[in-house]
Amino acid sequence: MELSGWGRYPRHSSNVVSPGSPRELAMLQRHIPTYVARGNGRSYGDAGIGAGVTLDMRRFDRMKGFDETSGLLTVEAGVLLADLIDRFLPRGFFPAVVPGTRFVTIGGMIAADVHGKNHHWVGGFGDHVEALKLMFPSGQTVRCSRDENSDLFKATIGGMGLTGTIVEATIRLIKVETGWMGQNTVRAENILSAVQLLTANEGASYAVAWVDCLSKGNALGRSLVYLGEHVSLDALQERKPGAPIYPNTRGRGIAVPLDAPGFLLNRHSIRAFNALRYARARTKDELVTWQSYFFPLDGLDQWNRLYGRRGFLQYQFVLPHQTASRVLPEIMGEIATSGNPSFLAVLKTLGKGGGQLSFPMPGVTLALDFPISDSIFSLLDRLDRLVVEGGGRLYLAKDARQRPETFEAGYPNLSIFRQQRRAIGAEGRLASMLSKRIAV
Amino acid sequence: MTTQPGTALIIGGTSDIGRSTALVYAEHGWKVILTARNDEEGLREVNHLLTASQAKAELCHLDILDTESFGPFINSLDTLPNTVVCVVGMLPTQSRAVADTAYASLSLRTNFEGPAILLGMLADRFEKRGTGTIVGVSSVAGNRGRASNYVYGSAKAGLTAFLSGLRGRLWHSGVRVVTVMPGFVRTRMTDGMKLSPFLTAEPDEVAEAIYEAAELRHRDIIYVRRSWRLVMGVIAAMPEGVFKRVKF
Repeated sequence: MELSGWGRYPRHSSNVVSPGSPRELAMLQRHIPTYVARGNGRSYGDAGIGAGVTLDMRRFDRMKGFDETSGLLTVEAGVLLADLIDRFLPRGFFPAVVPGTRFVTIGGMIAADVHGKNHHWVGGFGDHVEALKLMFPSGQTVRCSRDENSDLFKATIGGMGLTGTIVEATIRLIKVETGWMGQNTVRAENILSAVQLLTANEGASYAVAWVDCLSKGNALGRSLVYLGEHVSLDALQERKPGAPIYPNTRGRGIAVPLDAPGFLLNRHSIRAFNALRYARARTKDELVTWQSYFFPLDGLDQWNRLYGRRGFLQYQFVLPHQTASRVLPEIMGEIATSGNPSFLAVLKTLGKGGGQLSFPMPGVTLALDFPISDSIFSLLDRLDRLVVEGGGRLYLAKDARQRPETFEAGYPNLSIFRQQRRAIGAEGRLASMLSKRIAV
Repeated sequence: MTTQPGTALIIGGTSDIGRSTALVYAEHGWKVILTARNDEEGLREVNHLLTASQAKAELCHLDILDTESFGPFINSLDTLPNTVVCVVGMLPTQSRAVADTAYASLSLRTNFEGPAILLGMLADRFEKRGTGTIVGVSSVAGNRGRASNYVYGSAKAGLTAFLSGLRGRLWHSGVRVVTVMPGFVRTRMTDGMKLSPFLTAEPDEVAEAIYEAAELRHRDIIYVRRSWRLVMGVIAAMPEGVFKRVKF
């Protein structure tokens, strides 16, 4: 069947198989020539599309055990983050790292080593994985952790499913007293002051900036910086007496019923939206629910349909601190003059990456999305050159079009990663459309 | 009227509907005993229940085809459950069920013989105690035999009739019998079939409906999606002369 990632570009045909048990998975893997595992299909590009066969892991959705004192939870790889939060937030536990949507599987989060708004001090999701069970193409299962098969462990964190199929993982949850977040909003006049604000606020638990990509001149990249903290029970009772401690954990919100016409999100509508958003924002300190803080877009089911039938591209890069202040304005300028609108633009600071192919490096990351258009590919090729020249790289979970040279330039551990793949018999057997495109 | 949490026995605890039902009972504070034929799969479910819900949960080995084992199985239970929910079933391929008698027999025994005998034995215990709820998951396929799936449908028709008779026998003894008609459900059993979204329920929806009918509203027969009542009303009203000519 035809498969795509969340961006609905590119689309490839792949045979989808849904194994229901480890036994079935082992048998399938032995017989299928080339495949890759797929979680809930929330990576944006072609990472979750198997070259040949795609193993749908969503039936591996059982939780296995939890230890209250250590916060260690063992789950099968297909468990959804949303279900994990549903079950554990009311018990006072929350994942140490969450991405921008909760409709991802734990296996997918590990494979992409997803980061949150707190990477600057807690690292990526992979840094909170205690151990995992990995199945090789031979059907053999191995346990790996920082002490056991540690090289393989580091290759698998952020390894995009290319070092074996993640079957099970033990992850560490953190204790929270409420499901509320204290959110501070601060305005930044341009991209560099946004970076400064983020860096100055590295003491905040969570920090992220929303960037207006269509403003020009002195206001190039004007931003709203959102700082967040988990709210203590005392603070909640003082500021919102009577509020539920763990607000609304269930429900998926309203759905986008059909593909929006392609012209809906254009530079004029986005410019108007951005201007309004920026103008209405005031420096303020408020309490918001965990859902609206971490997963605002989850309230709009199938929001990817807003970009119309042709889909959209996510473009997320990271630049080291040393080059960011020079290259970021260049990139923002390039985008603003091209006139390609980015509806969502998100700026964060990152720390060191945990795995061999983990995206994060100490620096600044900007995530953009663009509706597919004829001019977008050449713009992104120009941006690639600026990123590579600035010593940065692109996020594989979002990528749908980078060239092998760009990938190779950004990921210096690639040769060690390839060695790992050879050692476990993954070469030629474990392949996604992504891994083929960028020649992993 | 709500029931105090007790012990629920889920027969067929590794099926999609069985898993969801176990979780709903567990979330309402019930102790859950799951039965499974495949112990490895059963263990996955029990661990999931224990981890996700913090409820008490146990696993028992049970093969619905092994009717000889039913007596020892019931005797082995520490306490007689307050509610039993039987979700065991298999959807045979009609063409194979027509050609292969062993396969047809497997379907008849899995869908009718096993569940009926087991629920009948539990009913006797419940009757002696004077309380209990028996939930049988049957199928609208049993309302009228259709050319395309009558081997399955006839077994479910047997189960529906059995539950109906059991309900009549036990109603004055304090034991209730609930017949559940899920209609189409998005499960492994229906994987790959083209199903109308209006007539197709999710396993969670069936589980909630079972809990509500059995423990909250004390219903006799439920159609999980109400639209099925209308569909089956039309099907039941067709004269046989017309019905036999309709292909569906």
